[in-house]
Amino acid sequence: MTDNAPDTTPDQPAPRVDRTIPADPTLARLAGEFGQVVFVSETDGDVAHVPAADVPAFAAALLAVGYDVFVDLCGVDYLRRKPRYEVVINLLSYTRRRRMRIRVGVDGADPQMPSISSVFPGANYYERETYDLFGIAFTGHPDLTRILLPDDWEGHPLRKDYSVGSVPVQFKGAHKAS
Amino acid sequence: MAGQTQPPGFLLTTLNKGVNWARTRSMWPATFGLACCAIEMMGTGAAHYDLARFGMEVFRASPRQADLMIVAGRVSQKMAPVLRQVYDQMSEPKWVISMGACASSGGMFNNYALVQGVDQVVPVDIYVPGCPPGPQSLMHGILTLQDKIMKGEIRSETGLTQAS
Amino acid sequence: MSDTPNVVTGDLEAPTIDAPSQSDQSSSESTDTRRRLHDVWVSGTEEPEWVRQSTDEGAQELLPETEEPGLDAQRGVLVTDDYVVDDSINDEERQVINMGPQHPSTHGVLRLQLELEGETIRRVKPIIGYLHTGMEKTAETLTWLQGPTNVTRMDYLSPFHNELGYSLAVERLLGVDVPPRAEAIRVLMTELNRVSSHLLFLATQGMDIGAVSMMIYGWRERELVLRFFEDVTGLRMNHNYIRPGGVAADLPDGWEDTVEQLLVDVPAGVAEYEELLNDNPIFQDRTLGVGVITPDECKAFGVTGPNARASGIDWDLRKVFPYSGIEHYDFEVPLGKHGDVFDRYYIRVREIEQSLGIVRQVMETMPAGDYRTEDRKVTPPPRKRIDESMEALIHHFKIFTEGFKVPAGEVYQAVESPRGELGMYIVSEGGAKPWRVHVRGPSFAHVQALPAMMTDSLVADTIATLASTDPVLGDVDR
Repeated sequence: MTDNAPDTTPDQPAPRVDRTIPADPTLARLAGEFGQVVFVSETDGDVAHVPAADVPAFAAALLAVGYDVFVDLCGVDYLRRKPRYEVVINLLSYTRRRRMRIRVGVDGADPQMPSISSVFPGANYYERETYDLFGIAFTGHPDLTRILLPDDWEGHPLRKDYSVGSVPVQFKGAHKAS
Repeated sequence: MAGQTQPPGFLLTTLNKGVNWARTRSMWPATFGLACCAIEMMGTGAAHYDLARFGMEVFRASPRQADLMIVAGRVSQKMAPVLRQVYDQMSEPKWVISMGACASSGGMFNNYALVQGVDQVVPVDIYVPGCPPGPQSLMHGILTLQDKIMKGEIRSETGLTQAS
Repeated sequence: MSDTPNVVTGDLEAPTIDAPSQSDQSSSESTDTRRRLHDVWVSGTEEPEWVRQSTDEGAQELLPETEEPGLDAQRGVLVTDDYVVDDSINDEERQVINMGPQHPSTHGVLRLQLELEGETIRRVKPIIGYLHTGMEKTAETLTWLQGPTNVTRMDYLSPFHNELGYSLAVERLLGVDVPPRAEAIRVLMTELNRVSSHLLFLATQGMDIGAVSMMIYGWRERELVLRFFEDVTGLRMNHNYIRPGGVAADLPDGWEDTVEQLLVDVPAGVAEYEELLNDNPIFQDRTLGVGVITPDECKAFGVTGPNARASGIDWDLRKVFPYSGIEHYDFEVPLGKHGDVFDRYYIRVREIEQSLGIVRQVMETMPAGDYRTEDRKVTPPPRKRIDESMEALIHHFKIFTEGFKVPAGEVYQAVESPRGELGMYIVSEGGAKPWRVHVRGPSFAHVQALPAMMTDSLVADTIATLASTDPVLGDVDR
């Protein structure tokens, strides 16, 4: 199944998302302040595509308008896309009853993006987990060490080019094929 | 296996049998519940599927006081040295039941994170299949272990039990 | 398999099952101390030779204060600074204690490193990862229909909620609706799961506080619920019953009688536990005012579910973002005031009552109909059509071998599990297998909030606090 020839498929750019001004006035104001952010609406929340450098400021702005519950932070490896990785941050506002999903594209052989653990203390473990499993470094994180895997593990398992690590099933009477 | 050069006499055989009987009727498990199988193990110790009737309701936290380790659940790469340390701390004679599919062979998680079978880390006496094995399966495993000990089929470092 | 560009390189070498001499050779070659898979020991051959490895976790452990980068997190002062430093206590009395990963408090393999000053905890560092199973990686190798088997084992005390979250997320991506009977069955099973999970919470909470007989009592009622689950799904735990498109099979005949009996037995049992614990002065001494977490800390760390409601936050996903038809049923959401251990316990007891109320309503209003969607994208054709129509046969074959394909997209779907907000973030690239499945486990956030709850309290309260947050390490480590 594996083929040892190098993969020559060129990287695709990430699908284009058209910039719209959100209906909600607060979000529209944020859209004005952060020119690079693209908002998309869903049923129970909104999605914002934010460039990596703007993330801490954007997160702080969201915290100020009421998105004060930190829910989730994870990484996705799109492999063939440019940017290759995406970090997805999930926030929630109890007062507005809306979610906010922030998608940040992170690229490079040595991916990194600014940490939001100073804005949302709950992001601490999640960023460590994303670093552990994807290798995305969060600059400004107080203690960026592995969290789920042993400290001396090499590699980042959830990357698409890391094999799942399955072993062929052994049977008691099996002998090596000669 | 520690074998003796001459077959034991009548007295020693009866003593063997007596010792084996006592061992099987008072095995104390060490708490090594890891994941879902631990919940079923606790269920086996609870009132409906009472383990106390086999003398085993005392789940000792300290491995020094336990002689049976029921590895209940999936053993990750990070947990494997801990498992081995706990096993090493148990004093002889000790037995290991590998409970569940994940402990016996890695289960449905054939990947980088799990030890594919706890027998790569500790020697196992009984494998109990299931995901998770219900209390009846675990009890069947325990009773099988008791049978094996009574018959003297279990490997042990001391000279008293030996392969028949 | 060819449409999912899951590049697999560098497969691990298959261990050889050969004469022991060969395996000796290969084990002597691996002189580095990195953990590897050893050669398989086949029953009947020699014992494996275990290369001694340390249980030291290096940088993940609690480091001395001068070297420690995450000091504020460990002192629990990131959000609310109630850290009390008594200068009269001599600093040399500080000692580091390691709890776990194997310890009798049955919450799983959590390792806590505590720095104590006398009996008071000054710093806490949880170390997790001892149950890391690579489920998110495994999920990328399973088809959409096989997904629930994997996901259900994450939070193993509430398997139906995992399956429900996954199925709802996949159905959102597919754009498929499930029939009302399937929705009602899902609500029935998940609410009963809430009951069984909270009963286990009562059992372990009681045992950890010292009321050891609670362990036996809690299991008594839980067994009744598990027997019902076995009747319906075939398994006591990890059911793989709620699947994308509906549920796996219809409820068995006579299920109303079993549920009716449950609705009599469980409240009777819970009434006994309340009598045993609620006004018990020892229980109150050990739980009132212990392990307090403020609403601000809950929001900052992402603590949800009964733990947050105990602090007074009125938020239940079943009320705010209802799913699976739960809005048709009447129930209340119990709230606490103080955010201590007692409130967390009390709320869960009330939640058992409320869930049983929902179960009664489901039982009385269960709609007739299909237990899974008719949509041919997802559901195979009925079996007798396979004998009649070639197309149906091909369709059936494709669904069970390759699996149905889900259109490209991403979705975040959360359900209210007994522990809190259990979220599934699923990314599909249009294939028969998911591209990424990320599960937001509620206990991951709760473990992160432990320092905020435990610091400045006595070490004897650690277990009570830990037990009251009801963590399940399966969804912390996945």
